[in-house]
Amino acid sequence: MAKKLKIAKYWADCCGGCDVSLLDIDAKILDVAKIADIVYWPIAVDGKNKDLEALKPGEIDVGFYNGAVHNSEQEHIAQILREKSKILVAYGSCAWLGGIPSLINFTDRETLFEYVYHLAPSNDNPRGVEPQPRTKVPEGVLSLPVLYDKVKRLDEVVEVDYYLPGCPPHYERVAEVIDVIVSGKLPPKGSVVGAKDKALCEECPRERKEKRIKEFKRPQFFQDDGKTCLLEQGLVCLGPATRGGCGARCINVNMPCRGCYGPLPEAIDQGASALSAIASIIDSNDPEEIQKIIDQIIDPAGYFYRFGLPRQRVRT
Amino acid sequence: MGKRYTIDPITRLEGHGKIEIFTDDEGNVINAYFQVPQLRGFEKFCQGRPVEELPRIVPRICGVCPEAHHLASAKAVDAVYKVDPPSPAKKLRELMYMAHYVHSHIAHFYALAAADFVVGPQAPVAERNILGVVAKVGLETGGEVIKQRSNAQKVQEIIGGKATHPVCAIPGGMSKALTEDERQQIEKMGVSAVEFGLFGLDLFRKVVLENSEYVDLIKSDMYSLNIHNMGLVDENNKVNFYDGKVRVVDTNGKELYKYSPEEYLDYVAEHTEPFSYLKYPFLKKIGWKGFVEGQESGIYWATPLSRLNAADGMATPKAQEAYEEFYQTLGGKPVKATLATHWARLIELLYAAERWVELARDPEITSKEVHKVPTETPKEGVGIVEAPRGTLTHHYITDENGIVQKVNLIVGTTNNNAPISLSIKKAAQGLIKKGTKVSEGILNMVEMAFRAYDPCLSCATHSIPGRIPLIINLRDKNGNILETIRSD
Repeated sequence: MAKKLKIAKYWADCCGGCDVSLLDIDAKILDVAKIADIVYWPIAVDGKNKDLEALKPGEIDVGFYNGAVHNSEQEHIAQILREKSKILVAYGSCAWLGGIPSLINFTDRETLFEYVYHLAPSNDNPRGVEPQPRTKVPEGVLSLPVLYDKVKRLDEVVEVDYYLPGCPPHYERVAEVIDVIVSGKLPPKGSVVGAKDKALCEECPRERKEKRIKEFKRPQFFQDDGKTCLLEQGLVCLGPATRGGCGARCINVNMPCRGCYGPLPEAIDQGASALSAIASIIDSNDPEEIQKIIDQIIDPAGYFYRFGLPRQRVRT
Repeated sequence: MGKRYTIDPITRLEGHGKIEIFTDDEGNVINAYFQVPQLRGFEKFCQGRPVEELPRIVPRICGVCPEAHHLASAKAVDAVYKVDPPSPAKKLRELMYMAHYVHSHIAHFYALAAADFVVGPQAPVAERNILGVVAKVGLETGGEVIKQRSNAQKVQEIIGGKATHPVCAIPGGMSKALTEDERQQIEKMGVSAVEFGLFGLDLFRKVVLENSEYVDLIKSDMYSLNIHNMGLVDENNKVNFYDGKVRVVDTNGKELYKYSPEEYLDYVAEHTEPFSYLKYPFLKKIGWKGFVEGQESGIYWATPLSRLNAADGMATPKAQEAYEEFYQTLGGKPVKATLATHWARLIELLYAAERWVELARDPEITSKEVHKVPTETPKEGVGIVEAPRGTLTHHYITDENGIVQKVNLIVGTTNNNAPISLSIKKAAQGLIKKGTKVSEGILNMVEMAFRAYDPCLSCATHSIPGRIPLIINLRDKNGNILETIRSD
């Protein structure tokens, strides 16, 4: 029998959905246990940071990192995991693009603290207490890590070998990627794995005609005909600017795509490609009317950059 | 010289949780602190978003209980638009939610908690995990656990689009009706889930209740807490997860309050401490009296145990039988034994499975009438569901165009922040005393005090097969490590 692979997985600024997506491969998880030893997965096995640090560089065959980077500890683990792993995979949209938690990058830490600890309506905080890096209590000093002002992508912090998209990744794609890893037939480094190179529209079950849009609608005021492209019917849908591979599961329950599978291979900025795809199908030549229709897209930042805000920042 | 035990990290969703235990010169525990070191700020970055997008955004608070956030959010946006969804839409939401409860409670009981009882609280570490459980109960049962959790995920995917991060609920109802084919699949899986729910209670009886050592442990003072009880109830004061009023029953078992979601600010407030990012909710009319138990303290819990204590019974027959047995065995209401929370969780699992079948057989469930278009001007709304790990409150305020101006969230485990702190201190005081050799087994028994809550600081630890790893460092007053005790 071939030597068992060594695998590690870490979660950072995330929700745990990526870990559930690994569980959702169901009985296949038992096959994974046969071919691989999980040397570090803080939520599943007892390996600690210290054990991770004690490994030799490159001793881990594949390291999975899910979640974005929002504090110094998460950055520290990213660096160690990079050093110890032959292959480092950004697992899920938060690690790849920043994900939903990176919407916090529209604001800053001070404004966040002001709201959460002072302005939120259920607060009872007459002394204006805020969490502190160090707190003196009668018995000693207690410490807390310091949050970063902005959420970062994993590849802003360390070099990443592969990106696995999705919020969370579809369990069938996860199973396929595991098969590829076991086979050793890996694509070139820097590749996106577990997703298609074509837009979600290619796997969408809805009928597409010539898209001409006169009005944008919101789902609560929308009468679906049950078969035509949702964008064509006036719902903002990121399908044309988003990779396929997700199984079109939101569309299956009549809800438009919000872009969790990230930008297409040739696109640098998913939001800009979505906006240009949508602008090109507005049914008007009158600049004033076009503006009126565009204004019906009430939250462009929240629709077009929901999963990828840090990716839009200029790389230095 | 006093000693300091640092339990760091207890791995949580966003990095790490921490426990600090301090002893006096004799080695008796004088205090313990539970710290949560992360904050993500959903309340802030939801501002400026169209309110109907919140049910699609807030599930990312927790990838293990996303349905809870999706539905609390959906109910809040219904309230913002003052729209009452058609009855089939509400039933469809509840059906998805029952499958969610089955998934979540299976994950916690079998993957995390069972090892402490099935294998033993002081069993060798290498065996005290899900694999050890499977070795004891058999591979067939292990396969059944995987199958039942998988079925529960499938039901959520059918109704919600995705099990993790559902998208189906919109202001006024649901985006898709259920087909007859789908209904049949769901019904079949539900019938099998009820059998599995009964199996779980049998397993608990055999493994735990027939072992006097475990029963003594459950009834011991160091694993009990004398605080108020919160839970959502229906119009007959029966446990309900999707809808109803929040009922608070005091330490003597008497009803203190029963409030509607929109009144929550009259009953609950949140205290802040500088050593944790997580706030401490308490009963506002009583007030924050510090980290103390008792009738005079404002501290309450919101757990499977508190929900049973806060209700008069279960709304389905088999779960009701289990409920009666629970109180007969443990000596009447309210039960204060933290470890009995595991038993309560299994009773809830059975209820969720029974309710799943009831809803799957409801003639309305395949109705096409699943959405009502809102007509009122949006303004403000509160939505409450009972999340697997505690009462979940979402409160939104919007402008007249439905753009979010303010969000306030009181999340499942947050309710239990103060109780978890108290439980850890009590267990540590009961276990670590002058002359105690602080072994790994002792350490695991401190761990058991918080594991009962299924702590979900951002909710994912409990879903993973394994256990929460711990290190205790024994330090001198200068912070130098004298001894390290590991749980692995």
